[in-house]
Amino acid sequence: MSNVPVSVRIQAEPFDTAAEVARLAEGRTDVGAVVTFTGLCRAEGGRLAALELEHYPGMAEEEIGRVAQEAAARWPLQGVVAIHRHGRVAPGEPIVLVVTASAHRAAAFEAAEFLMDYLKTRAPFWKKEHHVDGTAGDWVEAKDADDKAMERWGR
Amino acid sequence: MKVVYFAWVRERIGKPEEEVSPPESVRTVADLAGWLAQQGEEYAYAFENPAVVRAAINRKHVKPDTPIAGAAEIAFFPPMTGG
Repeated sequence: MSNVPVSVRIQAEPFDTAAEVARLAEGRTDVGAVVTFTGLCRAEGGRLAALELEHYPGMAEEEIGRVAQEAAARWPLQGVVAIHRHGRVAPGEPIVLVVTASAHRAAAFEAAEFLMDYLKTRAPFWKKEHHVDGTAGDWVEAKDADDKAMERWGR
Repeated sequence: MKVVYFAWVRERIGKPEEEVSPPESVRTVADLAGWLAQQGEEYAYAFENPAVVRAAINRKHVKPDTPIAGAAEIAFFPPMTGG
């Protein structure tokens, strides 16, 4: 385990990206780069009323925590925040936030991408579509492209 | 042992969790999935394509050949679609 501050939260509520960035840099002057990634819910051409995100309580936090610790071991990070929402999320609303801080941008960019690639294939979340006509749609299918994105990190 | 289900595995089986007592011949995660698939139509439907269903033991991802001895909680679920 590294001593990099890692904050992982699974919550129903939206999050405040600016506040998370400010908290990472608060009280320190050695942070040179902060990268944020925000994943939003798409309307899929007006078809979707919402996505419903189911998760495995306990494992979701633990698995994202393991991935965040691995990122902290691979890159010289100064802080990591990962927030993933569950429950019903409407188009345009945020679903996931990853924030990485480092002295230089390369590590922050790479670690953020690594976190998202792993989070998509290993974090126990499942999306179900709800249509604008009120019917429940299908469960979103996992994409081969996501598995390939994860594999390139060579673990 | 406690078994928990998520997403369409949960919907097909019709419950989020249950206690099961498989026979001793059920040693691995794959064995357990195969045994569950024989417990009724809804289970057969959930495990109709066992290669697709993923598993976790005590909240950690595991492969099908992982032994289940000593497991407190075993989860079955589809490939993950978070992020």
